[in-house]
Amino acid sequence: MTTDQPPLLRVEGLRKTYRTGAAEVVAVDGLSFTLRPGGALGIVGESGSGKTTTARMLIGLERPDSGEIHVQGRPLAASVRGRAARLARAKAVQIVFQDPYLSLDARITVAATLDGVLRLHGTRDPAERAARVRTLLARVGLGDREAAALPRHLSGGQRQRAAIARALAVEPAVLVLDEAVSALDVSVQAQVLNLLADIRRDTGIGLVFVSHDLAVVRYVCDEALVMYRGRTMEHRPVAELLTAPDHPYTRLLLASVPRPGWDPDSISRRRRALDPLGAPAGP
Amino acid sequence: MTLLRYEDLSITLPGTARPVLDGIGLTVGAGEAVALVGESGSGKSVTARAALGLFPEGARTTGRVRVDGTDLVGADAASLRRVRTATAAMIYQDPRAAINPVRRVGDFLTESLRLVHGWTRDRARGRAAELLDAVGLPDPVRHLDQYPHELSGGMLQRVVIAAALTAEPRLLLCDEPTTALDVSTQAEILAVLGRLRRERGLGLLLITHDIELAASVTDRIYVMYAGRIVETAPVGDLFTTPRHPYTAGLLGSSPPLDAKAPERLVPIPGAPMGLLESAPGCAFAPRCRFAEPGRCDQAPPPLSDHGPARVACHLAGELTLTPHRDRPGDHHPHRNQEVR
Ligand SMILES: Nc1ncnc2c1ncn2[C@@H]1O[C@H](COP(=O)(O)OP(=O)(O)O)[C@@H](O)[C@H]1O
Ligand SMILES: Nc1ncnc2c1ncn2[C@@H]1O[C@H](COP(=O)(O)OP(=O)(O)O)[C@@H](O)[C@H]1O
Ligand code: SF4
Ligand SMILES: [Mg+2]
Ligand SMILES: [Mg+2]
Repeated sequence: MTTDQPPLLRVEGLRKTYRTGAAEVVAVDGLSFTLRPGGALGIVGESGSGKTTTARMLIGLERPDSGEIHVQGRPLAASVRGRAARLARAKAVQIVFQDPYLSLDARITVAATLDGVLRLHGTRDPAERAARVRTLLARVGLGDREAAALPRHLSGGQRQRAAIARALAVEPAVLVLDEAVSALDVSVQAQVLNLLADIRRDTGIGLVFVSHDLAVVRYVCDEALVMYRGRTMEHRPVAELLTAPDHPYTRLLLASVPRPGWDPDSISRRRRALDPLGAPAGP
Repeated sequence: MTLLRYEDLSITLPGTARPVLDGIGLTVGAGEAVALVGESGSGKSVTARAALGLFPEGARTTGRVRVDGTDLVGADAASLRRVRTATAAMIYQDPRAAINPVRRVGDFLTESLRLVHGWTRDRARGRAAELLDAVGLPDPVRHLDQYPHELSGGMLQRVVIAAALTAEPRLLLCDEPTTALDVSTQAEILAVLGRLRRERGLGLLLITHDIELAASVTDRIYVMYAGRIVETAPVGDLFTTPRHPYTAGLLGSSPPLDAKAPERLVPIPGAPMGLLESAPGCAFAPRCRFAEPGRCDQAPPPLSDHGPARVACHLAGELTLTPHRDRPGDHHPHRNQEVR
């Protein structure tokens, strides 16, 4: 990578507030980061910390109050009009949610869903599409039987693989995963985590991996950004974050992961002690 | 004292190829925390519900489930009611599904005290506030007048635990109580459950798909696969010396929080067996890297004693399954290295 090559994804000063009645919630506040080609950033934090709001802004589902998102040097259109612009945005960033049904059409087979995506993005030749569908499904470890199945006839892990294949079909620059492995059983979760690591290695796609669980982030990402109430607490290489966490909130998150000899009482106390202090501003 | 005892419990649903539960044996004593671990579909929730005398519609049930001595298989309505209102209580994964969204927290908590026990409104509210305090909610009296949507998932799960405590049960059945919560909130809920167990001597059956979590907060673990208990051992033994390949597989696929851990997890290949499939031998054989034709596919392996553990594997005495982490100075490039 040369230094004048723009980062794959650049996020600058992102802010999003929600108003419910009289109350205003700052869901995301002053979020900035860059992602290099092939990079993988984990966004970690407890529920309500602003992770999903961030993910939704990255795919243009939510318009930031202020701040900028650039993909491959071009601003991500906050609102798109027309088919060409919509397709261009889809090619910039794709997302996989915790619930794979949000990416799949429950009424048609997995292969038909992928075929539709390829057609939409301009692959005219049906034979070429069919071959590409097979390659994409093989990429995520699914075969002909799964290709011909309706989503509800697949296991949870297979459905999530199909959702990942659907996102990859668009050949996006950046893939956002919002708690995409959180609902899976560990044995299947491990399969999907390894798959994501392979995809990263083989494609140069950039990953933004959102999770409340630092232990899974460690398996996919080289950097992690810890959020708390919309603010960035710490943004470091994962290995450093694990061995020398700077921020008390990061230390609390690390301590919260269950392990033998674990003392939930002390975590509970520490969490309370941290809360009233409010969230110190980011790094 | 044994509060909950499953004796060879088997349940078969109509139109299925194998029992959903097959010869379950499990005990929980007063003040004891026991975990039942397995992947989704293994039969954990069916097991838990049986402890309230709730058996699937149309199912054929054999064996016994004793709660405080009373067998719930074929029990009459009066005994079932007594167990459900006074001895055992269940906490489910999704607190929002357990609470009526349009009623205040206080009404939810005081309902049974007023209807079943005939308490006055003030007395019931006082008790409800005490219980909210016991589960660690910061401002009990204020929460009584709040609606469920005003509380976070973690707070609401505490309300559900408080509700379970109104009848002063001696046995808490917790079916994935923290699966919908983030890790920090999970720690808080488990702190509450641990405190209740210590202070009130409650027996706790923790049902979870997370073996790390189970190992962190319980004394004994039962590992379930396709409706059978495949291994049970004291926590320390299970974690350092798994004896069933499935247990070792669960440990190998759980991501550790260790900067020096190797780059790849070791998943268990394939997927669990559904209810419409059956196997003449070991149900884990299609996913097991040690499966031996002629030995593993003949008959289901029975649970037998191996040191401090009981294991259902034909090769249990022959395999050495070393766990993969949390051993100082020992970080293998391949986790979960098994040696034959
Ligand atoms: N559509 C919305 N309307 C109002 N508030 C919202 C909305 N979406 C999210 N929020 C609030 O924004 C904050 C961040 O939420 P979210 O991004 O979903 O966090 P996370 O994904 O980390 O759990 C929370 O306080 C949440 O209640
Ligand atoms: N009432 C029922 N009728 C039919 N099938 C059921 C019923 N309850 C559970 N099952 C099936 O039994 C199996 C075990 O279910 P369950 O105990 O919920 O698993 P777990 O809690 O381990 O995920 C699953 O295949 C499930 O679909
Ligand atoms: S009985 Fe055979 S197939 Fe089953 S777990 Fe043991 S070694 Fe594996
Ligand atoms: Mg979220
Ligand atoms: Mg269940």
